[in-house]
Amino acid sequence: MIPDMTDLDHLESQSIFILREAYHRLKPLAMLWSLGKDSNVCVWLARKAFLGQVPFPVMHVDTGKKFPEMYAFRERYAKEWGLDLIIGTCPPVEEIDPSLPPAARSAARKTAGLATLIERHRLAGVIAGIRRDEQATRAKERVFSPRGASHRWDVRNQPPEFWDQFVTPIEDGAHVRVHPLLAWREVDIWRYIARENIPVVDLYFSRDGKRYRSLGDQDITSPVASEAGSVEEIIAELYATREPERAGRAMDHESEDAFERLRVAGYL
Amino acid sequence: MNVPLDPALAAAEMPTPIVIVGHVDHGKSTLIGRLLHDTDNLLAGKLDAARLSSEKRGLGIEWSFLLDSLQAERDQGVTIDATRLPFTLDGRGFVIVDAPGHRQFLRNMITGAAGASAAVLVVDVTEGVRDQTRRHAMLLRLIGVAEVIVVLNKADLLGFDRARIDAVAAHLTALLAPLDITPRAVIPVSARHGDNIAARSSHLAWHTGPTLIEALAALPRPLPAVSGPLRLSVQDVYRQGERRFVVGRIESGRLAVGDTVAIGAAGHRATITAIAGWPTPPAQSAGAGQSVALELAPEVVVARGDLLYHPSAAPLRARRLATRIFWLRQEPLRLGESFQLRLATAEYKVRVSAIERVVRIDDLSAEAGTEVPPEGFADITLTAAEEVLFDPFRPEGGGRGVLVDGHQHIVGGAPILGVAAGREHVFPLDAAVSHTARAAAKGYRGAVFWLTGLPGAGKSTLARQAEQRLFADGIDAVVLDGDTLRTGLNADLGFSPREREENVRRTAEVARLMAEAGLVVIVALISPQAAMRAEARRVGGDLFHEIHIAADVATCEARDPKGLYAKARAGTLPGFTGIDGSYEAPAAPDLRLDTGRLSVGVAAEALIAFIAEAIAPKDTAAADGTAVDNGAAALARL
Repeated sequence: MIPDMTDLDHLESQSIFILREAYHRLKPLAMLWSLGKDSNVCVWLARKAFLGQVPFPVMHVDTGKKFPEMYAFRERYAKEWGLDLIIGTCPPVEEIDPSLPPAARSAARKTAGLATLIERHRLAGVIAGIRRDEQATRAKERVFSPRGASHRWDVRNQPPEFWDQFVTPIEDGAHVRVHPLLAWREVDIWRYIARENIPVVDLYFSRDGKRYRSLGDQDITSPVASEAGSVEEIIAELYATREPERAGRAMDHESEDAFERLRVAGYL
Repeated sequence: MNVPLDPALAAAEMPTPIVIVGHVDHGKSTLIGRLLHDTDNLLAGKLDAARLSSEKRGLGIEWSFLLDSLQAERDQGVTIDATRLPFTLDGRGFVIVDAPGHRQFLRNMITGAAGASAAVLVVDVTEGVRDQTRRHAMLLRLIGVAEVIVVLNKADLLGFDRARIDAVAAHLTALLAPLDITPRAVIPVSARHGDNIAARSSHLAWHTGPTLIEALAALPRPLPAVSGPLRLSVQDVYRQGERRFVVGRIESGRLAVGDTVAIGAAGHRATITAIAGWPTPPAQSAGAGQSVALELAPEVVVARGDLLYHPSAAPLRARRLATRIFWLRQEPLRLGESFQLRLATAEYKVRVSAIERVVRIDDLSAEAGTEVPPEGFADITLTAAEEVLFDPFRPEGGGRGVLVDGHQHIVGGAPILGVAAGREHVFPLDAAVSHTARAAAKGYRGAVFWLTGLPGAGKSTLARQAEQRLFADGIDAVVLDGDTLRTGLNADLGFSPREREENVRRTAEVARLMAEAGLVVIVALISPQAAMRAEARRVGGDLFHEIHIAADVATCEARDPKGLYAKARAGTLPGFTGIDGSYEAPAAPDLRLDTGRLSVGVAAEALIAFIAEAIAPKDTAAADGTAVDNGAAALARL
């Protein structure tokens, strides 16, 4: 007798299917590891999909401004999980488009760092743990999102995607962003972390009445008021809250189109 | 803080995905915005942000701005790409998919709608049914969204007038009926003002049906496809040390350790020995929807695209497929064009061999046509280069063909309806001269003697000796040799498993034709897989005789008449049968000749005696004429 699949079973199974499609169709392939909760789930799912060993590199695009706890987490779990870790660096903010609002301009350093890695490793596929419910423009993403040689997201002209058939463009210098977690919600991520006992950085848990709900660079990310000190308490909090997840991410709120502009230019 | 007993961690069901479709400007985004607002599903700040964006563009509150997040969408007031939003109604989860209504963005509508289990079709009552209303209704049918709720929007603009609204409703019902769509509800609403969305409207007191949220709550929950036949389309094969894992997702049905499964078109059998798990322990069984990693025994050749199924519930197979396509390229589809047909993880080369009927968008009637227009629908026949394994299209899964062009772009959907009727126009003629009559005239029956065995076992040597003796005795015997056929008829084939199967199939067909013409055909072909030979027997019918030329690998390798074992050992002939390609010895051949023990002369005599016995005319034929004596004399001389 097969027990009925729960929603988490369905989400997990679909993500594994996507990861295996990406591994078959896109070579060379790499996964982004921001050290946040979503990308930890992404790495975990890859270990499941490939029976314990992630068969492609895991990349951390390091802005140099992450929290110390995040760097410690990276060193520990890269070793413990046997990851082939690639660390990329980002250019100084002075080199970034000055027409962007300040926080977005700071965030755009990561886009530039990522572009360098993609070109250096001639990647055909980059796996990223973004979700539709995080942000309105991410809600319009494809599972396999093709990017031209300039890495731009052609949001007005996305390919059809249905019945689990994914496109793999063959143009020179192009790559595909693969999004295995698009259908997951924030609370699903935490329920899965609880179910699978996946480690996360301590910054997510409440200290002095505040916790980080979304982790970015130190200077453009703020904690939110919360008493949630455990994964279970975070789940309970999310069922009750009306506040959006990225409320603490400055770059989302500077202007109506700031995040769309970042994403069109290649941000995650 | 006080933590309630985890509803969060308890098993939960997947949300029901609902797609909102309809003609551009008929109010889809507004309907969703209103629905989210009236059911208290908006995140903090969302409404204020939408109000701000509306004011900036000189508008009152624009509900659609809750969804249309792209700058171009807000500036032009049109949805470009589909958005998905989680939505809860009395504890039940939904995902609302807002699909664009503009024809130019049909591919985005399909992207949004394909995963939905139900649809809300929105129609502006002041405009009635328009092109995209029809196109979207047709697409719901073709992508398999079976549950449809019709919303008649902007009822306020008709003063909530029952007669005029009923007229639109009647028109719609007539449109949907030929598509086999019976709406679960037809609901007059005003999305802008919230009438009949969450709350029953006093302006529409004459409406006795449900409100929108009542209709949504009554939708059936999507069912998993575990009750169907087992279908697993192989994604990949992973190796870890000595272990080999066949990975893929179970599309329907279930499997368990110990099950025998058939694999791909060749139908090789294997047993599931393990369902691997990481970091969890191995499972004993798995069902539809699960991504699994299987270990099989024996280690048969499995490749991406192969379908795994239980032999008792095999899929259909055909080279000519009847499909009903939705066409997404900006230029017409023309007869003779070639594509890749993707079916789960399988890929086939196909050609458009017939355009049967093309759908007219103005009334959804079908007529003969020579091409399919952009964003059009049509019944077409696809002819594949090899047999396609498939199940006919059903909303819950199966037959989900997708057409991909040479640039790897998805250019259309091709739900497979069944085997194309083309064969109805092929009329195989019964021969004017029957096999029996031929046998009677010649004194012996044409037949196929299929010599299988390892390279170097002696197939060609014995076949040639038999051919010479039979011919010398007045019997038309001929040898079909694998290597010789590969220089002509089969020159286009390589040595992949599929090409080897095709090599065998063609050889079997030619052998049968020659045998039917009265010849004694001796085939010398390694044909290493039992399934290949079973296919040859199917083609040859009762004319077919399987003869195993048996000799062990060491003996064959010592002979090595063509120097092939040496090359295989040196690694220059990968997949060589006997070295790194397996040979499945026949379990019950019609004759087995062990050439490791028998001399060539003795084995040849035994073969010739067997053939003579098999081709002797049956008693019924003897009544037929005088020529029998001739043949009988020839046989007697053997």
